[in-house]
Amino acid sequence: MSTALESRNVVLSFGETPALRGATVTVATGEILAVMGPSGSGKSTLLHCLAGILVPQSGEIVFGGRRVDTLTEDERSRLRRDHCGFVFQTGQLVPELTAEENVALPLLLGGLRRDKALAQARPWLERLGLEGLGARRSGELSGGQAQRVALARGLVARPEVLFADEPTGSLDSLTGEHVMDLLVDSARAEGATVVVVTHDARVAAYADRTVIVRDGKVTSLAPEPVLS
Amino acid sequence: MQGWGPWVPDEGIKRSTSLIGHPWPPPVQARENRGFGPTTRKIEEADTPIQRHTLRVYTRRIHPAYGTGMSVPLTLLGLLEREPSHGYDLKRDYDTFFGRGRPLSFGQVYATLGRLSRDGKVVMDEVSPGEGPERKRYVITEAGATEVDSWLAEPVEAEPHLQTVLFAKVVLALMLERPAEQYLDAQRAKHLGRMRELTELRRTGGLVDGLLADHGLFHLEADLRWIDTTSARLDALAKEVRR
Repeated sequence: MSTALESRNVVLSFGETPALRGATVTVATGEILAVMGPSGSGKSTLLHCLAGILVPQSGEIVFGGRRVDTLTEDERSRLRRDHCGFVFQTGQLVPELTAEENVALPLLLGGLRRDKALAQARPWLERLGLEGLGARRSGELSGGQAQRVALARGLVARPEVLFADEPTGSLDSLTGEHVMDLLVDSARAEGATVVVVTHDARVAAYADRTVIVRDGKVTSLAPEPVLS
Repeated sequence: MQGWGPWVPDEGIKRSTSLIGHPWPPPVQARENRGFGPTTRKIEEADTPIQRHTLRVYTRRIHPAYGTGMSVPLTLLGLLEREPSHGYDLKRDYDTFFGRGRPLSFGQVYATLGRLSRDGKVVMDEVSPGEGPERKRYVITEAGATEVDSWLAEPVEAEPHLQTVLFAKVVLALMLERPAEQYLDAQRAKHLGRMRELTELRRTGGLVDGLLADHGLFHLEADLRWIDTTSARLDALAKEVRR
């Protein structure tokens, strides 16, 4: 088993407010890791650091054996575009674009031609039970449908790591379960590593392992995997 | 310390005949026929996932060491670890912290202390004759203290309705200045492990399996919320229970 990504003693404050105070966590390739913790504990900040969106003030972020925290903004953007997928709680679809175009967005940003990008996006809509909805805009989709579009967009570029921040937070229990079923099945089929931030134990129950973030530090509820 | 697992009726139990002529305790078969209570059927012998799940969920008991339900003996042992006590004081402390409307009878306290004494978990260090009846002071032994330690550190089997046991463990851990937060984390891990099993059952089984799994999942989720809330209030709780 190899390491997909890790944070080593990461420290980050927002002004005077400390968010992470030496957060250390390792995620194995193909692992589904749930990150739980009280509100304001730093779990979303940890996810943003692991994804190279935020840069810690000290400590290291290592993605596929490569330091991320020392990269430039452009290099980190490229890394995210080429290797990462994202699913957030709400408000993530571009309202002017159709569902199909939203799914194709990461491919378009990666430089793929529009017709090819859309051709790759369509099967994902079918795979997630959204056939026939490709031409709808986000305002014409239910919460569960919009979240499935977001999931398709997160996976369409076949990322090595999928980052999900409260992916079912705005959904009812049954719809949330359906989205998590699809997320886990798709990620496993693609061999993707998943880091999912959640306050919901039922979401965490889909993960292979859970860590708790408390006061900016990480506690693992199970032994860390033995990694090469 | 005895392990956890399906409760198996003690076939060696001595049966007597009640006043109305029925054997007591009733034979296991009679209880099975009513559809309630424990069963001797083993989980591996179940034919379907539903039966396996049902047997797994409904045949467990809280702690088999001294009977069913809340572990009064271990809670009394925990109280004795603070300081040697008379039975009367133990009952008062138990009722104050753990009784909550269900006080122990003196008979139960002394019978439990008698069994603990028989098992080498407590000894009596003095008998003080006074004006009233003799008052025996009970002192926990090494074996008793070891049992309390093991009990506190061991996560409870992830089942619904375990708050009473968990609550007792948390309060005692704080009283005895043990790492209550670590114990709660171990319990979280146990609960999440069980929720993983049930989630898998829900995902791979049929609708009936799924609904059964959901029942367990929602109860375990409620326990986890209680664990989260308690975890956030440990400092305040510690101040309240430490004398």
